[in-house]
Amino acid sequence: MPSKVHVQTTINGEAVEYLCEPRQSLLEVLRDVLHLTGAKEGCNNGNCGACSVILDGCLVNSCLVLGAELEGKSLETIEGLAEPDQLHPIQDAFLENAALQCGICTPGFIMAAKALLDQNPNPTEYEIRYWLAGNLCRCTGYDKIVRAVQDAAQTTSSEVSA
Amino acid sequence: MAEKKDYKVVGTRPIRHDGLDKVTGRALYGADFQTVGLLHGRVLRSPHAHARIKSIDTSRAEAHPGVRAVVTAKDFPAVEDKIADLGEGAANVKDLQDNVLAGEKVLYKGHQVAAVAAIDPHTAEEALELIDVEYDVLDPVIKVRDAMQEGAPLLHEDMRTDEMGEKSDKPSNIASHFQHKQGNLDKGFDEADVVVEQEYTTETVHQGYIEPHNATALYNPDGQLTIWCSTQGAFTVREQVSEILDIPVSKVKVVPMEIGGGFGGKIQVYIKPIAAMLSMKTGKPVKVLMSRADVFEGTGPTPGSYVRVKMGATKDGRITAAEAYLAFEAGAYPGSPVGAAAFCVFSPYKVENAQVDGYDVVVNKPKTAAYRAPGATNAAFAAETVIDEICEKIGMDPLEFRILNSAKEGDIRVDGPPTPRVGFVETVEAARDHPHYLAPLEGENRGRGVASGYWPNFGMKSSVAINVTSDGTISLVEGSTDIGGTRAAVAMQAAEVLGIPAESVTPTVADTDSVGYTDVTGGSRTAFATGYAAYEAAQDVKQQMIERAAKLWEVDAGDVQFADGVFSSVNGKEQELDFKGLAARLDETGGPIVGRGTADPNQPGPSIGLHVVDVEVDPDTGKVQILRYTATQDAGKAIHPSYVEGQIQGGAVQGIGWALNEEYIYNEKGEMTNASFLDYRIPTSLDLPMIDAIIVEVPNPGHPYGVRGVGETPIIAPPAAIANAVYRAIGIRMKELPMSPGRVLKAMGKI
Amino acid sequence: MRAFEYVPAKTVAEATSLLAEKGDQAKPLAGGTDLIVMVRENRRQLERMVDIKDLSETNVLSYSPDTGLSLGAAVPCHKIYADDAISAAYPGLIDAAKIIGGTAIQGRASVGGNLCNASPAADMIPPLIVLGAICVIAGPNGSTREVPVEQFCTAPGRTVLEKGELLVSFEIPPPPKHSSSFYLRFIPRNEMDIAVVGAGASVVLDDTKTSFVSARIGLAAVAPTPLLADEAGASLAGKEVSDEAINAAAEAAQAIARPISDMRGEAKQRTHLVGVLTRRALNGAIQRVKEA
Repeated sequence: MPSKVHVQTTINGEAVEYLCEPRQSLLEVLRDVLHLTGAKEGCNNGNCGACSVILDGCLVNSCLVLGAELEGKSLETIEGLAEPDQLHPIQDAFLENAALQCGICTPGFIMAAKALLDQNPNPTEYEIRYWLAGNLCRCTGYDKIVRAVQDAAQTTSSEVSA
Repeated sequence: MAEKKDYKVVGTRPIRHDGLDKVTGRALYGADFQTVGLLHGRVLRSPHAHARIKSIDTSRAEAHPGVRAVVTAKDFPAVEDKIADLGEGAANVKDLQDNVLAGEKVLYKGHQVAAVAAIDPHTAEEALELIDVEYDVLDPVIKVRDAMQEGAPLLHEDMRTDEMGEKSDKPSNIASHFQHKQGNLDKGFDEADVVVEQEYTTETVHQGYIEPHNATALYNPDGQLTIWCSTQGAFTVREQVSEILDIPVSKVKVVPMEIGGGFGGKIQVYIKPIAAMLSMKTGKPVKVLMSRADVFEGTGPTPGSYVRVKMGATKDGRITAAEAYLAFEAGAYPGSPVGAAAFCVFSPYKVENAQVDGYDVVVNKPKTAAYRAPGATNAAFAAETVIDEICEKIGMDPLEFRILNSAKEGDIRVDGPPTPRVGFVETVEAARDHPHYLAPLEGENRGRGVASGYWPNFGMKSSVAINVTSDGTISLVEGSTDIGGTRAAVAMQAAEVLGIPAESVTPTVADTDSVGYTDVTGGSRTAFATGYAAYEAAQDVKQQMIERAAKLWEVDAGDVQFADGVFSSVNGKEQELDFKGLAARLDETGGPIVGRGTADPNQPGPSIGLHVVDVEVDPDTGKVQILRYTATQDAGKAIHPSYVEGQIQGGAVQGIGWALNEEYIYNEKGEMTNASFLDYRIPTSLDLPMIDAIIVEVPNPGHPYGVRGVGETPIIAPPAAIANAVYRAIGIRMKELPMSPGRVLKAMGKI
Repeated sequence: MRAFEYVPAKTVAEATSLLAEKGDQAKPLAGGTDLIVMVRENRRQLERMVDIKDLSETNVLSYSPDTGLSLGAAVPCHKIYADDAISAAYPGLIDAAKIIGGTAIQGRASVGGNLCNASPAADMIPPLIVLGAICVIAGPNGSTREVPVEQFCTAPGRTVLEKGELLVSFEIPPPPKHSSSFYLRFIPRNEMDIAVVGAGASVVLDDTKTSFVSARIGLAAVAPTPLLADEAGASLAGKEVSDEAINAAAEAAQAIARPISDMRGEAKQRTHLVGVLTRRALNGAIQRVKEA
C-alpha cells in the first residue's frame, strides 16, 4: 500500500490536488504541503481555533480533520476571503476596530466570524461570544473582536438590504 | 518637554501598518517560515520532575530511517560560569545552557533532554521514542514553602543562599534573600488603630500566548548562523545563542518573524540553540516547533508564591506601617521576579515605615520567565486585599482611602528611589466618577470590588533609522518586534515630527544585521523607548531637510523654519515647501537622507491603574461570573488610543483568568496534569463582558510626547479587585489564587 | 504520531469487515475530534482508520412524533440542533449538542463518536440515557444487535463493541405527552471545558402538570461510566412536583455517585455538584413542560 493518499479537492474555489500521508492533518497539508500558512497551529487538539477553516460550509478545526478526508470536498481558508481589490467586510471591520494585537488568532477568528454571519447575519453580543468561544485570543480580551463582528454584521446586512 | 498640546498624528487611530497582512493570513510568523531543503526537529523532554540522568543512548534514533542528526547536552561547548544580560533580567549562562538541554539532572517534567532532526516532523517524533534515557528518579519539590524547608529535596547541591549579600554555608533551595527597610516599623504599627495581617498563596500560571515557540536555523560552513524565529527581542536571541553555543555575536544573525504573543515568555531561548546545533550537525536548515504541551511544560510560567502582608492604619485612614514577606518560586534555576514584586507591593502609597523581605526559591518547575508586570500581580493580590479589609474596618470608601494615601512625587519608595510623577489620584478619580462606580449594584450574591496596580516601566535601548523617499513618505527601520501594534505607535511618533500622515510611514522590523541594537519588546518600553528613538531619528531627518531647503533657497539653515508640516524661509522671500515637496527635490540638493535615532531613556515614567469589577457568585457551585469591568490607567499620552485600550483590556482579561481559573495543577509526582488549552483554562469570549478601558493622561516628563508604557500595568489589579468583589458578594475573603469554583465552595464551607 | 492507513468505507458491511480485519488496531472515524487527538498524542495506536461518515445508515436523521428519532451515529452536533422539530422534541439532547467543544468542534463531532469514546464525562450520554436511546450495532457478518445506551460503556474508553462491530445509529422513542428533557453540566468557564459533573433529566408530568408520571436522571463524570440514576428517577413517579421530591431525587442521585478527584474537580466537589445539578436539570425539564 502506498504511504501517501492522492486527494482531489476544491480550495477557495480552485481545483487542487495533492499527496499526503494519512497521518497528516488538514492543517499540516495546508501549511506544509500547499504552503497556505494563514491557518495557524496554536494547540493541535481543537481547543484554540487558530486553525479554523470552513469545510463544505461548516466551521471546523483543520487540526482535527485528516488531509485525506478532503477528497471531493470544498474548503474555504483565510487566503480566499479577500477579493483582489477589496477586503472582506469582516477583515475591514477587524482593521477599523483594532481587533487584533499579535494577530496569530486573527485568521481563525475571521473565518469563525464569517461562518457565523453566513448563517446568522444579525447576531446578538451573546451569540457572537458563544459562537467564538472556541477561538482563543490572549491579547485583546475579546472586546474589540466582538465589536468588529458587530460592525461587520451591520455592514454585511446593510449591503444585503441595499 | 511633554507639554500638553494638540497633535496631528499622535492620539489618532489610523489603521495599523501591518494590519492587512494580518487579516489576510499573509503575515509570516515563525512557524510559517519555509526554505529549500528544510529538516524538522523535535525535542525529547523529561518525563520526570526530578531525576539524575544516568545515560542517554541515541543510537537507535540515529539509525531510524529519515533521521539526520541527534543532539544532547554533550554537544554543547564548555562555557564559563557568568551572568549574561538578557534585556529584561539577567541569567547565568550555565543555567541557560542546562535549561536548553539537561546535563546531569532533569529538574522538571518537560525539561529538554535531546533533540532529533529528520526529513519530516512525524519521522522526528518517531525517533524521539527511540532515544533511550536511563533516569535515577529523585523526590520532587513543587511548592515554595516546601522547598524552603530544611531537608527538602535539593535541586542544586551546590547552591548556597545569598543572604542579603553574604553566602550561607549550607546547601539550600533558597537562592537569595533580600530586605528593603525604611522608617521604624514598630513605631508605625504602634501608631495604627487598625492592623490587618493575612497570608496569601498563588499558583503557577502561564503567559498563554497562542503561538508556540518556533525556530529555524541555518549554519553555514563559514561559521555564519542565521535564525528565523518569533521572539520579543532578536538581539537578546543573538546574545543568548552566542553565549550558549560560544559563537561570536557577529556570527549570529537573527531574523525576527511576526510573533504570536509573548507577554514576557518569548525572551528566554529554549529551542533556538537546538535548531542551531541540529543545523551545525546536518549542514541543512532545521525548523523546530513546540507543541502546546511543550509550551506549558517546558517554557517560562510565572511563579507560584506565598505572600504575607501586614498593614496598619489610623482610624481616619492613614497608613502607618506596612510589612511584606514575599517567597517566590523561581522554577528550576534562580531568578524569580520577587525583586520586582518588592518594589511594586506598596508603591502606589506613601508608606513611611515599611519592610519588605524577598526570597527567590528554586522548585521542580520550569524556569520562570517574565510575565506582564512580573511579580507585581502576586504582590498586589495581597496588599490590595489587605487595604480593602482596612477600609472595611475603618468604614472608609476604598477609593477615598487610595486618594488619601497616594504617594506623591518625591515620596521615597521602600526599595529606595523617589516616586516619579504619576497619575494615581487621577486614575482613582476617573474610576470614582465613572458611571460604573456611580451605578448601584443590585441583586443577591453580587459584589463590587476595586484594586490598583503599579508598575515602574522600563526604558532600555532602541535604534531607529529613517529613509526619506522621493514621494514624500519615509521608511522607518526599527528593531522592536511588533506584538501588539507598535509599528503604528512608533511610526506615528516619527510622522508627528515630520508633519506627515501615519500612512506616509512604512515601518519595518529588521534583523540584527540591519538595524542598531534594540532591547526586547517588553517592560512596557516599545512605544516609549523605540518611539523615542523614532522621534530622535525624525528630528535628525527634519534637521537635514532644513539644510536641504536652505541650500535650495540659498539661505542660511537658521533662516528655515519647519512648522505644521511646511518648511519655509524667514528671509522675506516667502518660500515654502511641504515635506512631500522637499522630499521630491533631494537629488538636486545632495542625494538621499537617512535619519538616525538611538535612545536609552532613563525616565520611563511608571504606569498605574485602578480597576472596578462587579461579580456574581453562584452560591451552589462557587463559580464567579464577571458582570461588569472598568479599568482606568495613566498612559501618559496615548499615541494610538485603540491599541492602548487594547493593552488595558487584554491585560485585565489575563488578570481575570489568573484570578479565576488559571493554574498549573500538579500530581504527587510533580507532573503538571493540565498541560493543554482544554484544562489550563484561559478566558474565552463567553466568560467576559466588554471591558471598559479609560485612558488617563498625565504626561511623562521623560518623553517628548509624554508617553508612559502601558502594557504591563493592567494585569496587576484584577485578582485583588475580584477578591474584594467576591467578599462583598458572599462575605468571604479569598486568600488563594485562582479563586476557582472548588476553592470558593471550600471557603464557603459547602464541601 | 505513528503512521496508519485511512480507508473510507462505502457500505456498513465494508466498514465492519475493514474493522474486523484489524481488531483493536482499527477504529471507525466520524468527526475525529477525539480519535485524531488520541492517536496524535500517542494515547492510542492504530493501524487503520475506517471513515464511516459517508454511509447513509450512519447519517440518518429522521424524526416523527409517532416513531421517534432515528439518529445516525456519524451525524455531527450542528445538524441536530439545526433541526427545529428535533430541537422541540428532545431539548435535552440539544442542550448537550450545543455545548460540546466550540462551534468548530460541533461542526464535526458526532453523537456516536461521543458515545464510543466512552468518556465518563461525555456530555451526550446523560441525555441519551434519560431519553431512553437504544444503540443499533452492526456486526461483521451482517448481523445487528441493540443495546440500551446506559449499558454501552463499560469502563473509561471501553464499550460493549466487539471486534468488527460498528455503532450505526440510535433509536430514541417519541417524547410522551407532557414530557421534556434538560441537560446541564458544571464547568469552571462558560464554554470549552470538560464537564466536572453533568446531569440530564427527562420528566413526564400528568395532565395538570403538577405531578410526575415518571422521570429519568442521567449523570456524567461521577463514575467510570455515565450513569442512569434509576432509583433517583423512579422515586419521583407519582409524586407531586415539589422541592421536597426533587431534593429527595437529588440525594438519591448523590448516593450512587462514585467520583474521583482529578485536575478537573475533587470527589467531594463532584458529589456536592450532583445534588445541585440534578435539581437544576429536573427543574429545567419541568419548566419546559410547563412552558410548552
